[in-house]
Amino acid sequence: MIKIENLHKSFNGNHVLRGVNFSVKRGELIAVIGRSGYGKSVLLKHIAGLMKPDKGRIIIDGEDIKRLSHRKLLRFRNRLGYLFQSGALFDSMTVYENVAFPLREKTDLKEDEIRERVIRELEQVGLKGSEDKYPSQLSGGMIKRAALARELIWNPDIMLFDEPTTGLDPIISTTILDLIQSCHRRFNFTGIIVTHEVPKVFSIVDKVAMLHDGKIIFYGSSDEIMKSSNPIIQQFIEGNPEGPLPEFGSPPELLDIRRIKKRVFE
Amino acid sequence: MINLLRSFGRVGIRRVKRLGRMGIFLFKSIAYSITPPWKGSLILKKIQFIGFQSLLVIFLTGLFTGMVLGYQGYISLSRFESEAFLGPMVGLSLVKELGPVITALMVTGRAGSAITAEIGIMRISEQIDAIKLMGLNPYRYLVVPSLIAAMICVPLLTAIFDTIGIFGGYLVGGKLLGLGAGIYFGEMIDYVDFSDVMEGIYKSLNFGFIISWVCTFKGYYTGYYTGFGAEGVSTSTTQAVVLSSVLVLVWDYFLTSVMF
Repeated sequence: MIKIENLHKSFNGNHVLRGVNFSVKRGELIAVIGRSGYGKSVLLKHIAGLMKPDKGRIIIDGEDIKRLSHRKLLRFRNRLGYLFQSGALFDSMTVYENVAFPLREKTDLKEDEIRERVIRELEQVGLKGSEDKYPSQLSGGMIKRAALARELIWNPDIMLFDEPTTGLDPIISTTILDLIQSCHRRFNFTGIIVTHEVPKVFSIVDKVAMLHDGKIIFYGSSDEIMKSSNPIIQQFIEGNPEGPLPEFGSPPELLDIRRIKKRVFE
Repeated sequence: MINLLRSFGRVGIRRVKRLGRMGIFLFKSIAYSITPPWKGSLILKKIQFIGFQSLLVIFLTGLFTGMVLGYQGYISLSRFESEAFLGPMVGLSLVKELGPVITALMVTGRAGSAITAEIGIMRISEQIDAIKLMGLNPYRYLVVPSLIAAMICVPLLTAIFDTIGIFGGYLVGGKLLGLGAGIYFGEMIDYVDFSDVMEGIYKSLNFGFIISWVCTFKGYYTGYYTGFGAEGVSTSTTQAVVLSSVLVLVWDYFLTSVMF
């Protein structure tokens, strides 16, 4: 369903993605892991169509999204859900209004039908009773759950998760990952999770891809990655500061984060 | 020498790119403002924010501007034994110039800065990206309501400013300094035409457009020309207020020269 072919992306001379190749079958849930600042979120933004590659293709259901017309891109985005790292809830709206927003703006459902779906979705993510709260009144875990409810309420075919557990305590992180797994079973979407939560995430995904030096150096099952003899993979999974990976890297992305954020405007 | 030329060229190209981006933003804003669908509830919210919530500051600035004009005008005109013309002097100054300009500057400082900050925060917290990824057009939610609301509210606020200012001028010139109400208002009616009032309204329409265009642009592109984070938002807000204010004054000169 999603096929990334020879994806390259540079930001002012910094070659962040250097020929990324992998594919995700319909209904699969995969994790993309790798060191901080090495292009995982950039990869996700390419799949969402927020960035355009310098070279290579992103093919979703047979269509190269780089070549989509504006209308087709909008139609593609109607099938897509994206969970931002910060949640990206609209802070002038309550939780209820946030979750109802896509239904109010994109469907002709009546208000009582919307209410029914919103309440049901909030119950599913464990936020019953929080409908009237504003994002500033929510904890980090609650924000992620509300954002997840807002994305899932229109049954997307594809879900992209940008570091869904960053900044959360271990218990809430496990709760969020379990929630993603149960939502995946419920909706059977095709999902990609960008995360550092290793090895916890291995138990909920079908496959794992590791991004290092702008390329996918591993793509296989959770069992296979745990048994991998690649020292880079082992060092990363174990969180060992000693090994082939430097303790403090100089990731290309972080060298000029402002230029990367600028690209999202286009 | 060549390096110096290269630096100038680079700066020049950057400025032209920025102007171009502002132009494209302006074009898109106008295009989405005149084509449906419009978000009526958001437009009403913005009217309430820009218009209704600015009433107190407009009332106070209008009143005291009129009072100062009344005072200074009376003293100046009394040198030429022309105190009777205080009414037309206050009326014409307010409706043609001070009303539109001071109202625009007040709205910029109060509402314009808040609009920039709000959109800027939405930018840095990825809320605008979230709207895009829902397949929705961020312009219709963030830019168009402010544009339409500003063009409705700024002329109305200008009219209120003018009215309160004229009354303020009478308070000082008439009640305090002894000029009769009949003379103050009678002469004003003789010398202030409807065309003078409309001149001020046309100016205020232009200023409302400038304020909303610049402030929404600066908020929308927070992070592009400024840093990301709180500092980026504050820089965008400052730039929006300064640029809007300067453009209002510059455009006021051109409008005045065209209308005269």
